[in-house]
Amino acid sequence: MKQLVILSGKGGTGKTSVAAAFADLLSPENAPFKTVLADADVDASNLELVLKPSVVEREKFWGGSVAEIDSDNCSACGICAEVCRFDAVSVKDDVYTVDPIACDGCAACVYQCPNEAISMKEQLAGEWYRSESLYGPLFHAMLIPAQENSGKLVTLVKQQARLLALDEAYDLVLVDGPPGIGCPVISAVSGANLALIVAEPTASGVHDMHRVLETTRHFGVEALICINKADIYLDGTNKIEEYCRKENIRMVGKIPFDLMVTESMIHGKPVTSYQSNSPASLAIRDVWTGVMKALKDQEL
Amino acid sequence: MKIAIASGKGGTGKTTVATAFAQALSRKEYSVSLVDCDVEAPNAHIFIQPILDQFEDVNVLIPSVDADSCTGCGLCAEVCQFHAIVVIGGKTLVFPEMCHGCGSCTLVCPEQAISEIPNRLGVLEGGLSQEGIRFGHGILDIGEPMAVPVISKLKKWQNLMDAEIVVIDSPPGASCPVVESLRGADYIILVTEPTPFGLHDLRQAYQVTQVLGIPAGIIINRDGIGDTGVDQYSAEVGIDILMRIPLERKIGQGIAQGKSLLEVKPEYEKYFQQLYLQIGEALSSGNNL
Repeated sequence: MKQLVILSGKGGTGKTSVAAAFADLLSPENAPFKTVLADADVDASNLELVLKPSVVEREKFWGGSVAEIDSDNCSACGICAEVCRFDAVSVKDDVYTVDPIACDGCAACVYQCPNEAISMKEQLAGEWYRSESLYGPLFHAMLIPAQENSGKLVTLVKQQARLLALDEAYDLVLVDGPPGIGCPVISAVSGANLALIVAEPTASGVHDMHRVLETTRHFGVEALICINKADIYLDGTNKIEEYCRKENIRMVGKIPFDLMVTESMIHGKPVTSYQSNSPASLAIRDVWTGVMKALKDQEL
Repeated sequence: MKIAIASGKGGTGKTTVATAFAQALSRKEYSVSLVDCDVEAPNAHIFIQPILDQFEDVNVLIPSVDADSCTGCGLCAEVCQFHAIVVIGGKTLVFPEMCHGCGSCTLVCPEQAISEIPNRLGVLEGGLSQEGIRFGHGILDIGEPMAVPVISKLKKWQNLMDAEIVVIDSPPGASCPVVESLRGADYIILVTEPTPFGLHDLRQAYQVTQVLGIPAGIIINRDGIGDTGVDQYSAEVGIDILMRIPLERKIGQGIAQGKSLLEVKPEYEKYFQQLYLQIGEALSSGNNL
């Protein structure tokens, strides 16, 4: 079983549109790989908007805990505020309270309070789902806005997808990753065999592509690159291609700017199924061929 | 006044708006700072080209265990909420990338065997742009998971936060790094695109603004590309649409080359100056609160 993660560094380069198209190209009737899908962008889980899954199992996600002061037992000694490094404890008229948004959940105050007046309260941080779709099983989640621990939720979603894949002998877990390079991305990359980076030939896109490439390198995951909206700025596209040649990174295709991508999203379908001959659909097919080849090459 | 730019979905044009806003206001003789809190993928510097001359490492203090005085009692591991310190076979091990730097283990160790050493997460860089915008951004080190301490230290740079107008460019998403970026802002501009993805993530971002209790308005970018869902939603929940930036090849290409919106479309200087006045009025009349 292999794990493929789609990343970008910069947001909005087209990770989810590419992932949805892959899901379509991999759908049970034409699949060379039996695939489980996982949406690891739990802050902005958009894959479900295109794959239209029906939820078959939903579970609560308990994120980190936050401290709570029981005012009846509090002697207002102020030790909690002293030890808190996250400026989460405030005092007004000798009443100490914890700001749940600032609280990091470290519990240092709990252990230092001489009156045992502070306890940790678990926070409901979201839900995760196992769903069925036309394109195969999908694991996804919803993080309650402003909650912490999105990396932990990403790990959970991926774990569930992997378990099913192992149990039922699937060939591939396809992970739609989050933007950035921090905690949720690290969770999404962990355990991956291959990363596909959807780059954008813009000044910002190229800058962030370098950051995410350094990240996959840091974790020892092979990365491929495709360029989305490749025709909006040819200098940028050339720069990326040149870089890939120099660094020996496999370039698996260039997807042109195509309004059909947005139109298919509005109709809730992967672009390859909505309009299979549109320029973007044809290009994504080529990208998929390149990705499959790289996956097979890894077995050699 | 502190105005933060957020979005939920990535790539909707937060940085385009933040840089244009900061430029437009600095040309109106306000003292302006631009604080790029997207420490995972910082891009604002590309558009305003500051001369960076201030640098500061961001560290968290992580435990360092003196093996001679450690008795392997395991109290440190017991209090650590992040599994960053564990005792295996009587030996105490620290996992720096898991550590939040809270200091709890150091405080509870009965032998005082734990001291603290700095562990670098990233760096802050700052300087002035040619037009006098005070600029600062944070850069998270590769492989480091925790963006929040970098953002929170950046937001403590007094020179930035003292400006008359502070424009904060926030990261995408709706979890802790976004919350850390937006905390303390007087007003939040949510930049979205009029598509189902844009709308879905706008809802998430709007809820963050409500949790924080900060008034917000919307800028629709790439107007015309998608459907009317964002318009319907904003009418439903009563958030103002402050501005629409059309889907235009010329704008897309200019931004791709690293030009700011004002370079490509000079008329936006005036629009953003008006926007600032509009936000000021909304805040003083208590609208949108």
